[in-house]
Amino acid sequence: MSADIRCQRLDAEDISRNFSELHVPLTELQAIQESARCLFCHDAPCVEACPTGIDIPGFIRKIASGNVRGAAKTILDENIMGNTCGNVCPVEELCEQVCVKNTSEEKPVVIGQLQRYATDLVLENWIQLFKRAADSGKKVAVVGGGPAGLSCAHRLAMLGHKVTIYDSRAEPGGLNEYGLAAYKMLDNRAAREVTYILDIGGINFEAGKSLGEDINLSDLRQAFDAVFIGLGHNTVRALDMENETVDGVYNAVDYIELIRQEDLSTLPVGRQVIVIGGGNTAIDMAVQIRKLGAESVTMVYRRGLDEMGATGYEQHVAQTNGVLILTQAQPHRILANDDQLSGVEFEYTTYDASGKLIGTGETFVLAADQLFKAIGQKLDAAPLDTGEIPELINGRIKVDEYQHTSLPDVWAGGDCTPGKDLTVTAVQDGKIAALSIDEYLNHG
Amino acid sequence: MADLSCTIAGVSSPNPFWLASAPPTDKRYNVERAFEAGWGGVVWKTLGEDGPPVVNVSSRYGSVDFAGQRMMGFNNIELITDRPLQINLDEITAVKRDWPDRALVVSLMVPCTEQAWKDILNKVEQTGCDGVELNFGCPHGMSERGMGAAVGQVPEYIQEVTEWCKTHTDLPVFVKLTPNISDIRRPARAAFDGGADAVSLINTINSIVSIDLDIMAPTPTVAGKGVHGGYCGPAVKPIALSMVSEIARDPHTRNLPISGIGGINDWRDAAEYISLGCGSVQVCTAAMRYGFRIIDDLVDGLSNWMDEKGYASLEDFRGAAIPNVTDWQYLDLNYKTIAAIDQDKCIECGLCHITCEDTSHQAISATKDENGKRTYTVIDEECVGCNLCYLVCPVPKCITMEEVDNGLPYLNWTKHPNNPMKG
Repeated sequence: MSADIRCQRLDAEDISRNFSELHVPLTELQAIQESARCLFCHDAPCVEACPTGIDIPGFIRKIASGNVRGAAKTILDENIMGNTCGNVCPVEELCEQVCVKNTSEEKPVVIGQLQRYATDLVLENWIQLFKRAADSGKKVAVVGGGPAGLSCAHRLAMLGHKVTIYDSRAEPGGLNEYGLAAYKMLDNRAAREVTYILDIGGINFEAGKSLGEDINLSDLRQAFDAVFIGLGHNTVRALDMENETVDGVYNAVDYIELIRQEDLSTLPVGRQVIVIGGGNTAIDMAVQIRKLGAESVTMVYRRGLDEMGATGYEQHVAQTNGVLILTQAQPHRILANDDQLSGVEFEYTTYDASGKLIGTGETFVLAADQLFKAIGQKLDAAPLDTGEIPELINGRIKVDEYQHTSLPDVWAGGDCTPGKDLTVTAVQDGKIAALSIDEYLNHG
Repeated sequence: MADLSCTIAGVSSPNPFWLASAPPTDKRYNVERAFEAGWGGVVWKTLGEDGPPVVNVSSRYGSVDFAGQRMMGFNNIELITDRPLQINLDEITAVKRDWPDRALVVSLMVPCTEQAWKDILNKVEQTGCDGVELNFGCPHGMSERGMGAAVGQVPEYIQEVTEWCKTHTDLPVFVKLTPNISDIRRPARAAFDGGADAVSLINTINSIVSIDLDIMAPTPTVAGKGVHGGYCGPAVKPIALSMVSEIARDPHTRNLPISGIGGINDWRDAAEYISLGCGSVQVCTAAMRYGFRIIDDLVDGLSNWMDEKGYASLEDFRGAAIPNVTDWQYLDLNYKTIAAIDQDKCIECGLCHITCEDTSHQAISATKDENGKRTYTVIDEECVGCNLCYLVCPVPKCITMEEVDNGLPYLNWTKHPNNPMKG
């Protein structure tokens, strides 16, 4: 049977409906009612759970009083991408997980949605809450215009430093612009937030500049007073299997980027689709290809549900969108006919006495028109390799608590450094780095 | 099922829940809907003297909202009925004829002359109503014309008008008192001395519920201007309960029947009024907020509670709380409670700690272990038993106030060594 891959499996209306936002914004009434549920805790656990340390009870109280602009300032002071984070943060394992209302009512205050409500106000009405300080005369290079780089650049600009952001892509935003599931973040929202960030002034964005090709670290260190590296993950992990390059096999991140950037009706969609992986990228991929009209989507993960990187909520979203999640199975062979994917043979897995994952030897085959690999991304450190390079640890750039690398004038943050790969942690990294850079620029 | 029937000042009704004199009782249509819903009685919205009716403004009510809830407090700038007297009298007659078992009291407000009161009473008597209520409380509009609160704030006027009414009618006379005075006992005594069969209280409180900060005018706003209005709703209940208790405890008025009014929102509120001696209760804001169907829970809830407590009739607990309302100087200064936190119920919000720490006695410590688990602990020796933590705690029964047996005898301020005036 030949591969059944085509465009427009669904008509435009269905696709449009499928890609409406996952979280419908709160109405004013809902926001007021929900903010009244917040207890305004002392030493609130939610603040502790927020990687950027937003004063959550403080901003919610401001929403309740009608001071929405003040609420937005409270949020953005700590997290300049608070609007995105309100939408895409895994709140179920951060702030909302520890909300005391889970204990008393088994339902947390919907902090993420309240955060979005407050920040929507300033973005929709374009209320600029931040001002650049007087020019310090110092210049900082930021490599990578994703959440870490943008957060760092914005804080540096607030402090009066001149920033140049270098990014290999045409537009700033990084994974925020290119990597988020479209139904979690309607297209212009990410761009609007980036424009708001850059609107502070003093930030120059250099598009199409790849580290290691168009620019290199040594030159940047010469030309600037300090450098921040927010490269993110610049490569995708491979299965390293035969037939991995046949037609019908994709890197999930590449396809997700197409969904964000292209006309959805032009995207190739298979009838039977397999997604391999257990993280949120795998979920985003599986859900979106379903939304584009794939008839059956099977997500296959080599370990158990509890070990998935995807949160319970993300799993729920996948399942309620008709994605079948198979666990304890790993790809064994990619099957192809004439350079065209036909299916994947999987091997069941189990654990040996030491707890190591092993194959059982028993296999099964799933027919597939498309296979999406979402088995992780990583940092390729090669572009850094021009003269003195910062020390690495487990394949990522080693940093101290101030995001300072082993080089005296180089900081780093986001997915290219150790820690959770979340937008919110990247923003925090950038903010912390900027404060440390400022200290360095002022006092050496 | 407990017997909820009530008789106050000779007026009987199948239950103690009456609608107060207000917009809900302005006309036959509303009152019949109320009776169909099950209300025990109504006090018909205040009638004025014959002649051109008063004129009401557009934009009449204001609200105090709190934490996302509407109408915790409510006020109005409406006057007495703006319908012709005869229409009201005819409707009252018809309603009483059709609903003989319900209490129908008619509220009255006319200028401060004996003739005016005599005239209106003669007309009202012919309706067959069960009694009259003298509106000495309305704080806006009518008071500037020498009626309503303008009378109610002068005990001598109250007594005089009450005497006129008792002279010119055999109907039971209820005197409705304004709370806009410094000592509620004085107008109550005046009503009693004038021969009143009962008092009704409280009428509404002088109030400006809010300022519209965009137009810089009080709400409700009439063409850019506002006035003080009459405040009512759940927020006023504590003020009313206190005033009711003062009249109930005053030797002068001890046996004067009281129809309790002010912020009655559910059966429990009503039970509290009755426990302070009220014979009936009057409701308005709750009905204006939800409609007449709230009567179902008022009746049902009160009845179930009475069954649980073993009260067969209202008389079984009416006034039961009065002996326990005392003066501060007689409180036992040796009585001691301290807060106890049930750690299994604690949700770790920390409100008990921060409020005690910032605003009270630094009697609740806060600790956090390596897993972020917060523990709030009462420091017994610092706790004065003020109740604040117990009140702010969002979890029922998580914080309780436990009595400490310190073995000390009853000692009040009049005998306390620190009192230079002690006997």
